[in-house]
Amino acid sequence: MQPFTTHTGLVATLSRSNVDTDAIIPKQFLKSIKRTGYGPSAFFDWRYTADGQPDPDFELNQPRFDGRSILVTRNNFGCGSSREHAVWALAQDGYRVIIAPWIERNGQRLPAFADIFRSNTAKNGLLAIELAESEVETIFKSVANQPGLEASVDLAAQEVTLLTPDPVRFRFEIDPGAKEQLLKGLDAIDLTLAHADDIHRFERDHDTWL
Amino acid sequence: MGKTLFEKIWSAHVVREMPDGSSLLYIDRHLVHEVTSPQAFEGLRLAGRRVRRPDLTFSTMDHNVPTTVDRLTIADPVSRAQVEALQTNCDDFDIQLYGLGDAHQGIVHVIGPELGQTLPGLTIVCGDSHTSTHGAFGALAFGIGTSEVEHVLVTQTLVQRKPGTFKIDFSGRPGPHVFSKDMVLKMIGLIGTAGGTGYVLEYGGEAVQALSMEARMSICNMSIEAGARAGMIAPDETTIEYITRDERPFAPRGEALDRAMAYWRSLPSDADAVFDRTLTIDTGTIAPQVTWGTNPGMVMDIGQPVPEPDAVPGYSREDVQKALDYMGLVPGTHLTDVDLDVVFIGSCTNSRIEDLRQAAAVLDGRRKADHVDLLVVPGSEQVRRQAEAEGLDRIFKAAGAQWRFAGCSMCLGMNPDQLRPRQRCASTSNRNFEGRQGKDGRTHLVSPEMAAAAAVAGRLVDVRTWLET
Repeated sequence: MQPFTTHTGLVATLSRSNVDTDAIIPKQFLKSIKRTGYGPSAFFDWRYTADGQPDPDFELNQPRFDGRSILVTRNNFGCGSSREHAVWALAQDGYRVIIAPWIERNGQRLPAFADIFRSNTAKNGLLAIELAESEVETIFKSVANQPGLEASVDLAAQEVTLLTPDPVRFRFEIDPGAKEQLLKGLDAIDLTLAHADDIHRFERDHDTWL
Repeated sequence: MGKTLFEKIWSAHVVREMPDGSSLLYIDRHLVHEVTSPQAFEGLRLAGRRVRRPDLTFSTMDHNVPTTVDRLTIADPVSRAQVEALQTNCDDFDIQLYGLGDAHQGIVHVIGPELGQTLPGLTIVCGDSHTSTHGAFGALAFGIGTSEVEHVLVTQTLVQRKPGTFKIDFSGRPGPHVFSKDMVLKMIGLIGTAGGTGYVLEYGGEAVQALSMEARMSICNMSIEAGARAGMIAPDETTIEYITRDERPFAPRGEALDRAMAYWRSLPSDADAVFDRTLTIDTGTIAPQVTWGTNPGMVMDIGQPVPEPDAVPGYSREDVQKALDYMGLVPGTHLTDVDLDVVFIGSCTNSRIEDLRQAAAVLDGRRKADHVDLLVVPGSEQVRRQAEAEGLDRIFKAAGAQWRFAGCSMCLGMNPDQLRPRQRCASTSNRNFEGRQGKDGRTHLVSPEMAAAAAVAGRLVDVRTWLET
């Protein structure tokens, strides 16, 4: 897997909550038995008109976002289906980082990303960053005000820096396992196989139907 | 302090605690289908790895398969290639496959319980978010991505961070014509589509204890629509009665069953167990539910009008307006005044024998509206045979329905069963996402009884009053 250490790139915004994985990669592309070729199909139904042309009304199709690699969006991104194709599509469409806010509802903290989606990102070199709602709002406003705005991400330091004339820095939290996996580009199966003796011992004493 | 059902199963499956605070968890059952597995098998081949426990791995074809009588020849070459790839992978890696044409083929979350592979106390995974269904038996069951499918194939384990626990108590009893589908939709409306993210839900209370296994599966199935990877219900006599029926070849028998039952009875959460969160829902106040928007949290009582964009808690004005535009609805509309084009009865949420019986009871002696296409798709070939033995297929056909073979069908339209643009559908499935049932199709999620009544009326109705008149 491609490691993730630091990244600097153009920021694009998608102002929608609850973007589900059906929207990120529709069903017809799930019939492929390959791991590649999904990039041009990311957000397919929003991205293209019925005759297959880029839809100028879709936010991410704005010319100012050409070459973007950092996606900033709203809460509960990646909900719904477990399809890892959604992460493959985003990564193959040139995204390295996705930023979304956690929000509070009825006194509860609702995470920025759906569980299975978040778990899939770390296994594919895509960094999912959760920030506070006010911080994400700041990014949305800055992007609206400054075409071509870039951000810089340092995973080891757990920092995002918005490269405005007066740079703004946000610190983020990340699961230590996911961080390690991303930084080193580790193969999760190799890591687990290092504990093959433990698995064997567990299996000997464990009834798999009980 | 006592332990919850979840904590008992979790701790019984920890192979090793990892230094970063996660756990290496043993997996007892791995269910595989054609869509999310080919890349995982390709990974095995590239690395020269084997499947560690083919005896704990089971496979079926459900997402891509046609449901028409000519289903054995798949016309779509891409779908056919995916189905053939699963056949090859199961042959090469010695995995039991219930393929197209097999007597036990069906939706993976319908056949697991039917075959007795789904049992209390097990850890069960599948590359499919609706794996939460199996939690109805008091198993810890959750969906995984394809990288994790590969990980389980090779190691029979997963690295997981322990989620929080969230108890949902359904107190009291549901009123007439209110089903477990309505209970879970109501809950998703209350806590939101991310309200369960990071938690395992445990459903309890008088209303849940009174439910059949089929109805419990419908609730656990939709846990993921509230963001929770898993939902569980403590095993009880209803669970044991279901498992010990004759037709479940993988369920324990004899002395093994006695030992298993003793273990299963130890699983329910202890009286003094503490959950991270709790919510009580008064089941008696729940009306039949219907979704009006583009995610399962955008839901209301059947009698309510479509909401104003700024009047929906938890959603921005922008999000609600986008949903209403997509659905072709304006605020204040009563869905009972809007014509439907299609009614779909099926999916891993509501395609079991009890769901079909409920739909058939409404359709018996009635006929669907002329302008509505009615599709009834059993969840498995076993369900199809049972429904036919009970004569339900004759009721469906007499009502003008298309009676199909088993598969996921129009829940996600990976096979030819799809909505056309702007068609409006009352569906017993689980997701009303944009494009889910077909590009630009419009989905209203409801219970099987509500769907059947809607097919006859040609529009959504309040089944409670409609059946009386």
